[in-house]
Amino acid sequence: MTDILITNGRVIDPANQVDEVCDVWIESGKVAGVGKFDGAAKKTIDAKGLIVCPGLIDMHVHLREPGEEWKEDIESGSQAAVAGGITTICTMPNTEPCIDHAGIVLQVIARAKEIGLCNLRPIGAVTRNLKGTELTEMRELSRSGAVAFSDDGKPVWHAGVMRKALEYSSSFGYLIIQHAEEKQLTEGGSVNEGWVSTQLGVQGMPVEGEDSMIARDIMLTRRADARYHVAHISSKGAVEQVRLAQKQGLKVTTEAAPHHFALTEDEVLNFNADAKMSPPLRTEEDRLAVIEGLRDGTIEVIATDHAPHHEDDKRCGLSCAAFGIVGLETMLPVSLDLERAGVLPMVDLIAKMTANPAKLLNLPEGSLSQGNAADICIFDPNKQWMLDREKLRSKGRNTPWHGRTMTGQVEYTLKDGRVVFEKGEIRV
Amino acid sequence: MPKPLFGLKHLFGIGDLSREQITSLVNLGDDFIDINSRSIKKDATLRGRTVINLFFENSTRTRTSFEIAGKRLSADVINISASTSATKKGESLLDTGQTLAAMQPHVLVIRHSVAGTCEFLSEFLEDTALINAGDGSHEHPTQILTDLLTLKRSMGDIQGKTMTIVGDIAHSRVARSHMLAAKIMGYNVRIVAPKTLLPAFVENYGCEVFHDFDAALKGTDILYMLRVQTERLTTNCYFPSIREYHETYGLNMKRLKAAGDHCMVMHPGPMNRGVEIATDVADSMKSLILEQVEHGVAVRMAALTALCGGATEE
Ligand SMILES: [Zn+2]
Repeated sequence: MTDILITNGRVIDPANQVDEVCDVWIESGKVAGVGKFDGAAKKTIDAKGLIVCPGLIDMHVHLREPGEEWKEDIESGSQAAVAGGITTICTMPNTEPCIDHAGIVLQVIARAKEIGLCNLRPIGAVTRNLKGTELTEMRELSRSGAVAFSDDGKPVWHAGVMRKALEYSSSFGYLIIQHAEEKQLTEGGSVNEGWVSTQLGVQGMPVEGEDSMIARDIMLTRRADARYHVAHISSKGAVEQVRLAQKQGLKVTTEAAPHHFALTEDEVLNFNADAKMSPPLRTEEDRLAVIEGLRDGTIEVIATDHAPHHEDDKRCGLSCAAFGIVGLETMLPVSLDLERAGVLPMVDLIAKMTANPAKLLNLPEGSLSQGNAADICIFDPNKQWMLDREKLRSKGRNTPWHGRTMTGQVEYTLKDGRVVFEKGEIRV
Repeated sequence: MPKPLFGLKHLFGIGDLSREQITSLVNLGDDFIDINSRSIKKDATLRGRTVINLFFENSTRTRTSFEIAGKRLSADVINISASTSATKKGESLLDTGQTLAAMQPHVLVIRHSVAGTCEFLSEFLEDTALINAGDGSHEHPTQILTDLLTLKRSMGDIQGKTMTIVGDIAHSRVARSHMLAAKIMGYNVRIVAPKTLLPAFVENYGCEVFHDFDAALKGTDILYMLRVQTERLTTNCYFPSIREYHETYGLNMKRLKAAGDHCMVMHPGPMNRGVEIATDVADSMKSLILEQVEHGVAVRMAALTALCGGATEE
């Protein structure tokens, strides 16, 4: 007798090019089959009208443990993830202490295992203490479980160090993820530089801050023959540069955060610090360029840049508020707008949150292949609900979508064949 | 002036030599090994000749090797090191060279941090033979002749054999000279390093490039470990730490065994034990490192002889 049968759902598994109404059955925590199931099951989930897909992967997440657990910890972050249908999170290393040492990689992985809700795959720091001057022991970090390297939160600003980081990492095939921001251009800025920043009377961050850093990095990537990934791409110029680099055969990839394809700088016109992030929300032209990048495949991955902050760090005026918004619980409904708007077919959209990040980071997750861990997301693409920030699983309340109607809701999340989230409740 | 042998006026780099010239120098060095093991280590070959060791960079080992080589052949050897040299008083390299040449030595042996120093000086110093004892990251011909002599004595003909050079290729004159020598003498060179320690277009030397040391071991006959300049290289982000370097590119017994029983180990010295090479490997039966030092004297005797040991034209 099989353990769990998920029946009647529209099964979408981009890695295996599956998109059909059929069954998924699970034995000993693993996917035992996708297709037509005959037999008995201990538990049956009727997924009629729902979409069944691999558990989502979010390759850009900031949890604040160790160091700032009042903002978020691995437990609250894991709960937020599974509430959003996400079963694998890749966490950025800008914790306190930062993830620049094998011991800390092992520590955060162990903590996530103990909680048992989702996989945590840490991204190691490129430079020690994120200072941008000395390389971390990437081989050692990789062996301990780091899946890529980034100083995210900050750029690897020093061109010479970035060159060495790309060369060293590419000697072993590792991916470098860059927070592309030329600080000499963006220093002191809070929002995109433009008509909005002028009206608000706050200092802006020019789009060239992002674009010039990417231009520099692409040149260095070419020389090093490296694997370079632009985090949270937000501008038209940046998307064009990545597209050109890909056409030239360079191993340049990128990801977009839902807020950058869903919102524009107009969100901050009321001084709303919950729409302040880096890179900032930009113009409609930039937003459409990001959408086009998603449509034509230049942008292969959707990732949230989930960045929880404490109220105190956000309620202090736009100029001094911390950068970042939470995203784990809104990734799926916001992204589904791309399908509803006809930008992407459902299978391609799901691929950007499952198979594509898995491939980029060489993760075993992201598909319903037989024998894979049964990490599964089951959602209703049409169900509407009101986002109330007080009900978020994340400790962070900083979301621009508070009070808005979201379309698309996660009904079940399974991890290793266990239901860990069911109809609004976390199951431990 | 004495007539040079083997058609050699100067010794700038391995890359300038023919296969015959290299073979002749190595064979002559081989002949001199005998003198070095006698109880009275003296020969009259260079009696009446003057050799000046002009070292702008510290290198006790190479300078001593040249000094002993000259003295064993009865030459008058003068050492001038950078700390006492006139250049500290603001004199140019050319002035120093010309001043010393005016005192009519037969050979100037020069070590300098600027690549091409010997080539530069040779345009102005007509009657003095010059030996490059290491110039910048360019060439170090007597080290490579030494290695070839050591290999000849330990494994015979090295044609078709594979030498794997590991470490800081970018700053290594030894690696560069070996890649040139390999082409002339018909052995293969593999180089192993992270990209941060490789010079641009290094594959144009015709060597195989590896980043994974373990992958390069199979089929290797000679493992040539380069010195790691620990402080300089970590602060410049060439690699993250000594520890990770040793893990990834250090030679330990396990790797030596994986290369196979026939594989021999070389190092140009001085070694960082526990960094590029583990102590048990350095001191093992497979290590040729002390032979390299010993044969260095013989090869430098050969080089000095080649440049000023022939019959004097009167
Ligand atoms: Zn970032």
